[in-house]
Amino acid sequence: MSAYQGKYADELCANAAYIGTPGKGILAADESTGTIGKRLSSINVENVEENRRALRELLFTTPGALQYLSGVILFEETLYQKTHDGKPFVDLLKENGVLPGIKVDKGTVELAGTNGETTTQGLDGLAQRCQKYYEAGARFAKWRAVLKIGPTEPSQLAINENANGLARYAIICQENGLVPIVEPEILVDGPHDILKCADVTERVLAAVYKALNDHHVLLEGTLLKPNMVTPGSEAPKVAPEVIAEHTVRALQRTMPAAVPAVVFLSGGQSEEQATINLNAMNKYKGKKPWTLSFSFGRALQQSTLKAWGGKKENVQKAQAAFLARAKANSEATLGTYKGDATLGEGASESLHVKDYKY
Amino acid sequence: MASASLLKSSPVLDKSEWVKGQTLRQPSVSVVRCLPYAPSPLTIRAGSYADELVKTAKIVASPGRGILAMDESNATCGKRLASIGLENTEANRQAYRTLLVSVPGLGNYISGAILFEETLYQSTTDGKKIVDILVEQKIVPGIKVDKGLVPLAGSNNESWCQGLDGLASRTAAYYQQGARFAKWRTVVSIPNGPTELAVKEAAWGLARYAAISQDNGLVPIVEPEILLDGEHGIERTFEVAQKVWAEVFFYLAENNVLFEGILLKPSMVTPGAECKERNTPQQIADYTLKLLQRRIPPAVPGIMFLSGGQSEVEATLNLNAMNQSPNPWHVSFSYARALQNTCLKTWGGRPENVKAAQEALLIRAKANSLAQLGKYTGEGESEEAKKGMFVKGYVY
Repeated sequence: MSAYQGKYADELCANAAYIGTPGKGILAADESTGTIGKRLSSINVENVEENRRALRELLFTTPGALQYLSGVILFEETLYQKTHDGKPFVDLLKENGVLPGIKVDKGTVELAGTNGETTTQGLDGLAQRCQKYYEAGARFAKWRAVLKIGPTEPSQLAINENANGLARYAIICQENGLVPIVEPEILVDGPHDILKCADVTERVLAAVYKALNDHHVLLEGTLLKPNMVTPGSEAPKVAPEVIAEHTVRALQRTMPAAVPAVVFLSGGQSEEQATINLNAMNKYKGKKPWTLSFSFGRALQQSTLKAWGGKKENVQKAQAAFLARAKANSEATLGTYKGDATLGEGASESLHVKDYKY
Repeated sequence: MASASLLKSSPVLDKSEWVKGQTLRQPSVSVVRCLPYAPSPLTIRAGSYADELVKTAKIVASPGRGILAMDESNATCGKRLASIGLENTEANRQAYRTLLVSVPGLGNYISGAILFEETLYQSTTDGKKIVDILVEQKIVPGIKVDKGLVPLAGSNNESWCQGLDGLASRTAAYYQQGARFAKWRTVVSIPNGPTELAVKEAAWGLARYAAISQDNGLVPIVEPEILLDGEHGIERTFEVAQKVWAEVFFYLAENNVLFEGILLKPSMVTPGAECKERNTPQQIADYTLKLLQRRIPPAVPGIMFLSGGQSEVEATLNLNAMNQSPNPWHVSFSYARALQNTCLKTWGGRPENVKAAQEALLIRAKANSLAQLGKYTGEGESEEAKKGMFVKGYVY
């Protein structure tokens, strides 16, 4: 068999293509309980289930926002949560043309013998969990592999191990009806320049696609969630057009046209920066046989969080902030963003945290 | 084997654990390497010729044009000449090649011509260099650089392609002589497996050849031909092709080949020649395009299909079917028999037939040009053009 041809093949291709609809993208709202706790504490809100539920309800019920989203990635707890008047989030999303997705990895652990490099866990029992999630309404999954740039990193071991993990995860998802988002994040931390990032990104993506092909993954039923190609966090900044050129070139050299879309991660960029860079990529003239869209977490929620502050009376203001970012990113996928989204407080704030741990 | 050249662009760490001279072949399909990764500050691709390679590749991959493969070795050319009752002498080979390159207006439909070494250094009887005639015709000269197929020890009666020894100096010399692209043909046989070993060897050899060619200014045409021989159906060809191209691209990337400066010469995805079930041009186009979409990075500028024994008309029809919608790469032809057959037969070795033979070549070149643009209609094709040219166990 050359690529997955099982009972979900057509559905996977249709869902992957739908997620890549121009004008739409993904809201990554799959922060684990620990990570969402950090967000909540930054606005002095207690990390209890009700607050986590309230935040997600705020996002999903923002009037007019869901039209800009093709998918939302959820954490397991959220997949089973409801609005305050009892409607399951999954149903709310589906009714509005938004596919529910689910984070299925179990975090990273260090690889012995490396300089702090990691691999991602979560393959044990993955098939059963995927089936369960499919029954609960999920139609795509996400697994985050992490690599870093250093004098001797990423090592061949880290690249091989993470590529293989992504490929195993991907085929298991497809066998159980979930479109796998393949996420090999190369952290932005470091003093390296954009050429170094481009070099590493191309090397990593070549290994990832080799592994996906060897594992018979159906490329038409997958999505890629890569980092944009940028200078390191400690290196001088460059123009969005330069980021666009290097990113698109890296994808041209590694990503087959069969993959319907790329949904970029924001990786610590400010809300506005992430949008502007995405916009530049969609304006860039060159061969781009895939949709270039977003899968943003922090870069969609930052100003919303600040505006909310955990208070009921701020919900409308917070929702307005979220709507503004969702609309801006929708325009960015079409290359029509004019940089005129009302900047909420914190929209230009860099969201980079050195050595970020999810 | 090739460890020395790998080290050229990556500094070796003192504490590395690898063994000098250790082969770089992967022991399994998943990527496993024995030496620790020592990245250079920047990966060097294609050396000083990068811009020229990209430009040349774009010229060869220009709309409405394709490649005339005329690089038959002397032995193979001998077979062609024998088929029209001619002796295999240098004078006859010179006469035939002169006929081909001098077709008036050929450059409208042909962007590149692959030559055999003898022809690269040959002149016409009037003393004009063949290479110069091509350049005047706006046709880029190319050169076959492999040294043929030989049995692959330890395989299932499969072959591997020789030619890496001294390749750097040969390609440099060919560049001096006027060549701007190279070609290396390796084969994979489905009836014989293919075995993992044969596929790896084919892919790795191509990757090394490609890196060396680019280093010396020649755009490498990457050609892993999956032979037509066999009773297998189109699904099996599709499966094998996906495996072969995944290996090829992975090794090309490992060898730091500049994808914007290469061309591909694949076989179309068809059933085996002896398969009872046949497929339409539309089906062949669908399978082949799917293969391209799944395996070929958009950075590659051109895909020039080989004809591999299809008849002249079949080769044109199949190409046309693939160009009915836009593709991220130029999808064109690099045909030998499928361009030359009628021309050769029309010439028959007689000077009085040269003009008619040249017209015959122009007709095929134009038909394939239209096919590249998706506009071929098949009107007025001759019977000769429809004759299949598959030869079982074909040896170049």
